[in-house]
Amino acid sequence: MNIDSINNGIVIDHIKAGQAMQIYDFLNLGALDCPVAIIKNAVSNKMGRKDIIKIDSVLDVDLNALGYIDPAITINLIKDGERVRKYHPELPATITNIIRCRNPRCITSIEQELPHVFKLTDREKDEYRCLYCESKAGK
Amino acid sequence: MRHITAISDLSVQEIDALIMKARDIMANPGRYQEACRHKKLATLFYEPSTRTRLSFEAAMYELGGQVLGFSQAEASSAAKGESVADTIRTISCYADLIAMRHHKEGAPTVAAHYATVPVINAGDGGHNHPTQTLTDLLTIQMEKGRLGNMTVGLCGDLKFGRTVHSLIEAMCRYPGVRFVLISPEELKVPSYVKIPLKQGQVPYEQTTDLQSVMPRLDILYMTRVQRERFFNEDDYIRLKDSYILTPAKLELAKPDLSVMHPLPRVNEIALAIDQDPRATYFKQTLYGKYIRMALILMLLEVQA
Repeated sequence: MNIDSINNGIVIDHIKAGQAMQIYDFLNLGALDCPVAIIKNAVSNKMGRKDIIKIDSVLDVDLNALGYIDPAITINLIKDGERVRKYHPELPATITNIIRCRNPRCITSIEQELPHVFKLTDREKDEYRCLYCESKAGK
Repeated sequence: MRHITAISDLSVQEIDALIMKARDIMANPGRYQEACRHKKLATLFYEPSTRTRLSFEAAMYELGGQVLGFSQAEASSAAKGESVADTIRTISCYADLIAMRHHKEGAPTVAAHYATVPVINAGDGGHNHPTQTLTDLLTIQMEKGRLGNMTVGLCGDLKFGRTVHSLIEAMCRYPGVRFVLISPEELKVPSYVKIPLKQGQVPYEQTTDLQSVMPRLDILYMTRVQRERFFNEDDYIRLKDSYILTPAKLELAKPDLSVMHPLPRVNEIALAIDQDPRATYFKQTLYGKYIRMALILMLLEVQA
């Protein structure tokens, strides 16, 4: 299967097989009008199978937030057909409106307009807690 | 401007300074009776309270200030669906300081985000209650003459008991403190409360048996099983009488034990205990007013 290479944009590589749609939804890629390719179950020497997303546009989003979903993901920034940067996303210090607090006693359970903000409380355990009620985030 | 939503918002040095200030107010009340003249405290209580609200109000009056606010959500625009953010923006126009109690956890954090005057968390659901903790710390200091080197037993509802959560967070910063956590399995301390214990390598044990640990305790902090925290009435009824402190149990304790309770109590401390010199809970209530006076002075940056 051949997918055209991109000139200016982003290639998100080493996505766990089956997780591409989660990232697609998280980055709201369905709203873009540029070409977006989702490659599922590609053969990988390192992972066996992996997913890849290619976006033929420069997105103005904090890709480090992907670190919450999977810090092993590789992000490649492409400019004029060349890869100019390759990195793993870091765990973000806070994540907003990516996950929702499930504690029925949390203020977010009755105030629908409040952003659901989680803070990184333990980097080694990849642990986030609600800014308001301190409940642990469930992935 | 600063807010107090959790006891961790205050350093050990600041807590010590507040305790010193409260003791000075107790000794020299006349020196402070005009300290907050022309200042207004708003008490926003979305949930019922006797001691916390009235001690805040008494504290502000004794400092020469004034008080406005509401004592139930139904008496405010919250009953019409107004958000915490909008209420706080409004109250910030009318008061110099806000003390807020809310049944939902984290509501004071939201308030602090939108307020243009200092916000004090006066209790948010089962989460935090920092001014009760300041009260407890002043009580322990007054009764024991120290805040470190002691064994503190916490008994009852340790899951939803916000006073317990804040007290653990505060006391684990003092050297030589050991905790004994006494509760039914279903009401054990949540994992996030144990984080400071583990990080600070503070010794603690968990047990379901009050009597066996009683002789070792310097402080016994009793709590009520709170009906309002349960979604299931059957669970409440099953657990509500888990621990009742009786004279027979108190006989096992040290002669200088201090029995504390944030109040209100239901039946977890037998009335006969009230006469025992180790019963400290009513003195604790009085100390609550003085420490809140000290906190108001600090947040309003009043030099007195």
